[in-house]
Amino acid sequence: MQERLKELQEEAIQKIEQSASLKELNDIRVAYLGKKGPITEVLRGMGKLSAEERPVMGALANEVREAIAVKIEAKQKGLEEAAVLEKLATERIDVTLPGRPVKVGNHHPLTRIIEEIEDLFIGMGYQVAEGPEVEQDYYNFEALNLPKGHPARDMQDSFYITEEILLRTHTSPVQARTMEKHEGKGPIKIICPGKVYRRDNDDATHSHQFMQIEGLVVGENIRMSDLKGTLEVFAKKMFGDDREIRLRPSFFPFTEPSVEMDISCKICGGKGCSVCKQTGWIEILGAGMVHPNVLEMAGYDSKKYTGFAFGMGPERIAMLKYGVDDIRHFYTNDVRFLKQFSVEE
Amino acid sequence: MFVSYKWLQDYIDLSGVTAAELAEKITKSGIEVEGVEILNEGIKGVVVGHVLEREQHPNADKLSKCLVDVGEEQPVQIICGAPNVAQGQKVAVAKAGAVLPGNFKIKRAKLRGEESNGMICSLTELGMEGKVVPKEYSEGIFVFPADAEVGVDALGLLNRDDEVLELGLTPNRADCLSMLGVAYEVAAILGREVKLPEISLEPVAEKASDYVKITVEAKKDNPLYVAKMIKNVKIGPAPLWMQTRLMSAGIRPHNNVVDITNYILLEYGQPLHAFDYDRLGSKEILVRRAADGEKFVTLDDVERTLTPDHLVITNGTEPVALAGVMGGANSEVTSDTTTVLLESAYFSGAAVRKASKDHGLRSEASARFEKGVDPNRVRAAGERAAYLMAKYAGGEVLEGAAEADTLTVEPAVVSITLEKINRVLGTELVMKDVKEIFDRLQFAVSIEEDTITVTAPTRRGDIKIEEDLLEEVARLYGYDNIPKTLPIGSSTPGRLSDYQKKRREVRQYLEGAGLYQAVTYSLTSEEKATQFALEKGDTIRLAMPMSEERSILRLSIMPQLLEVLKYNSARQNDSLAVYETGAVFLSNGDESLPVEREHLAAAVTGLWHSHSWQGEKKAVDFFVVKGIVEGMFAKLGLMDRVDYVQAQLDGMHPGRTAEIRLNGEKIGFVGQVHPSIQKELDLKDTYVFELSLKAVLEAEAPVLQYETIPRFPSITRDIALVVNRETVSGTLWEIIVNEGAPLLKEAEVFDLYEGDKIEAGKKSIAFSLKYADPVRTLTDDEVTKVHGRVLNALQEKTGAVLRG
Ligand SMILES: [Zn+2]
Repeated sequence: MQERLKELQEEAIQKIEQSASLKELNDIRVAYLGKKGPITEVLRGMGKLSAEERPVMGALANEVREAIAVKIEAKQKGLEEAAVLEKLATERIDVTLPGRPVKVGNHHPLTRIIEEIEDLFIGMGYQVAEGPEVEQDYYNFEALNLPKGHPARDMQDSFYITEEILLRTHTSPVQARTMEKHEGKGPIKIICPGKVYRRDNDDATHSHQFMQIEGLVVGENIRMSDLKGTLEVFAKKMFGDDREIRLRPSFFPFTEPSVEMDISCKICGGKGCSVCKQTGWIEILGAGMVHPNVLEMAGYDSKKYTGFAFGMGPERIAMLKYGVDDIRHFYTNDVRFLKQFSVEE
Repeated sequence: MFVSYKWLQDYIDLSGVTAAELAEKITKSGIEVEGVEILNEGIKGVVVGHVLEREQHPNADKLSKCLVDVGEEQPVQIICGAPNVAQGQKVAVAKAGAVLPGNFKIKRAKLRGEESNGMICSLTELGMEGKVVPKEYSEGIFVFPADAEVGVDALGLLNRDDEVLELGLTPNRADCLSMLGVAYEVAAILGREVKLPEISLEPVAEKASDYVKITVEAKKDNPLYVAKMIKNVKIGPAPLWMQTRLMSAGIRPHNNVVDITNYILLEYGQPLHAFDYDRLGSKEILVRRAADGEKFVTLDDVERTLTPDHLVITNGTEPVALAGVMGGANSEVTSDTTTVLLESAYFSGAAVRKASKDHGLRSEASARFEKGVDPNRVRAAGERAAYLMAKYAGGEVLEGAAEADTLTVEPAVVSITLEKINRVLGTELVMKDVKEIFDRLQFAVSIEEDTITVTAPTRRGDIKIEEDLLEEVARLYGYDNIPKTLPIGSSTPGRLSDYQKKRREVRQYLEGAGLYQAVTYSLTSEEKATQFALEKGDTIRLAMPMSEERSILRLSIMPQLLEVLKYNSARQNDSLAVYETGAVFLSNGDESLPVEREHLAAAVTGLWHSHSWQGEKKAVDFFVVKGIVEGMFAKLGLMDRVDYVQAQLDGMHPGRTAEIRLNGEKIGFVGQVHPSIQKELDLKDTYVFELSLKAVLEAEAPVLQYETIPRFPSITRDIALVVNRETVSGTLWEIIVNEGAPLLKEAEVFDLYEGDKIEAGKKSIAFSLKYADPVRTLTDDEVTKVHGRVLNALQEKTGAVLRG
């Protein structure tokens, strides 16, 4: 009997090892450990044994069952793992195929430039001021030291609606309005972005509508040197630390002294090339000390208060920064143009 | 203003300063030099030749065979095509081996069987602009004066061995519209002296005032009129050097008398006019305003109709010149002229501007009067011109001048303190530095303690207030030398306003949702201005539009966004999503500024989503675009305050458009563009929305407040309702939400069916309702009770029945 049990164990273990599927294994389990299996059969014959032998044989039978069960379990685990692996192998995909696209648009390049400039000046304590695009002649010209009949009005031929109302030719009226609102008191530190309009035929370098961004600082001790320092911070942050700035005298009716700011040419490093017209410098913006007439008209005592102002064209800056060659691209909105400005710098 | 580097040396020593260096210095101290042109760049091998013989080319009618002495051992044969070539002429010859502009190399050649050893040149072939070439040479070769030396460099003789600086003058620096003015500027920059031009007149005994009497009625616009008289002039060409200087400055030579007036215009900045005295028909000059409708033929042979705005020079009765703008054909100097009345006058800028603008006559002369001439140079300019006419036109200058003078010239006297200079510029200058700057400018100064008082010469009419002095100090001290500082004193908080911050969030959101930002024009056509407008009203039209296409301020952004889609669609990008934020303009009557309202518009066309290899493709539909709008309101915390109401709108699909209401107010629309417009623009199905961004960003958002996260499970009940087709889900939703409160937490449409499995005129809408209580677990009975109430209400109010 004992021998028969050992035999069964060996036989079962051999079959288990040879089994190749979970089904086969289950059949083995039923065959050997089931109620109709050979071990049960053997145990049925236990009645013939003596009272001493019976527990010994019982224990042995259980050992054999246990051994077979353990073996089956181990084999089952192995087979299951293999089955999983086999299944996963069939689930293999081509990971180089493109993903499901997530649609993302982006800022217009001019907005991108304007927000960059806004953020730069916000960091220096400026607020963003906005105003109407259709303006009174007073704020657009007169309050800026451009009385009627002033020859400099020719510099910016305007779109008039009535004799007193026009499309603003610059964002400077926002400065005039802001100063007026401050009722002769300082300090003011603002940056004014927005659309402006001039009578120009649209071509590669002219647009009847374009953007401007201007800055104004008014206080009790604002100096020309502060303007120079501020513009240098701006130029280096906007165009790179290696850029030099230079101020050249110029003329604007609303500032005196007036200057234009150039930055050193990035392309040639200042040696002169076609981009900078051989000068090594590229004109970026106009600036100056606020004209005393402008201060007085807005209610400031020009003996006590001084200020500086500067203004630039986001189109020009975008053209320089990104190498755009035609200003009309900004208003055509060709998606092949727009989508080039998606990358964060 | 074009400034010849060689000519400038008549007035100032430029030794040690090249043209390029001078340009750099002028630019840095105030006047932008826009370019420096080297006149003989790329030209070599051109000499003066003497045409010894000229005969007809044997094989070509239009060619001449010439034997030309070019200063070499043997004369050379040259074939020339110019009609004006003739024996005995001194001409410019590009010898074999010469190079002309455009890298045009001259080689020995055979022309129609005849040898040609070079080329006889016209001035344009030597790089000069056709519009400055004297008329007699404009169709052929240029002919030098007979005394030109054979074999010498022809370009030198033509003053082409020169460089021309192009000054970009701002309106305040009219003083540099003259060589003398530029000389003063350069003198201040270099710290050198100015040499004034020569005037040495030996007048004949007769008096100019015996020949003509000057009367000025319009004294305000013409406070000074000076007439010099020159007798016995012989009209002929001006000396070559004067002609070439005029050409370098962009002026075409005519004859000695006219050229001299132009030369003085360039030298002194004072426009002059020469009348043929004998053709005036009187011994009188009367300056007055024109009569209304008065006719006058200017020397360009155009008849002008005048108004009292225009100032005229008359012979006592008839106009002979439009003051400061152009002379008359009736008194023009001709080759027969012998007596010249030379006008040198001060006309007001306003009068000249009006006349030149009204008649479209912008000239070198009018430009100078408009910007203001130096009142103290009027007489000197006349004297110098008379001197040159004596010297180069053989004239005799009569003594004195006939004048009308009511001009008072007060030089500007301006004071400034050293403290102010340093306070505004941020510098640490001492009085000696400041004085030296004004000395260099040749401004008279007096100093008293900390104050410097400056008397500005009349040529610098732009110096009026102390800031003008500040500017002179700053530019001549040098902006490079001004330190760099940052503003000190009380600081201001730098930040965006709530409105600006939210606007940026909206842009970010829309871009995150797949829309590109566009920027389009505010000016549009009459037709497009009102299309899709939220509010109809009067349009705002430009007084003088440049084109009809850009004549009206827009009331809606949408037409331009659709144009953007059309543009891209025509370029193989027919699936696209764009948005724009910008102002629209509502008229507020002629007297006041329009109402400007910031709008947000978006347009989506074609495929909204496509992922080809997985077979996914979804065209945009109403709910894609509405979803974008809803997401924006959710982002701004306004979701609960917005309603969508079926609406009919011009330009929109009548069944697929909703009005957007915020707090019950109409603020925009969302829907499909009318199929006929889609077709017209060649667009695929296009869904859009436009709304008042101002209304949205100014709406008060709820205060952010934490809400307990539910700890107890919710119970979900689904219902499918059969309702009339006209019943909208929003109505059902509202009933469900109102009746289910407070236990009902969410109600969501999850199915919609309209079709043949349902009674005609009906549709089925299925909702999923979620009930919960934050403080306890709900029992089935409780939910059933509320749910029953909801169903009853739906049935009562809409006739909805549960779908079996
Ligand atoms: Zn460069």
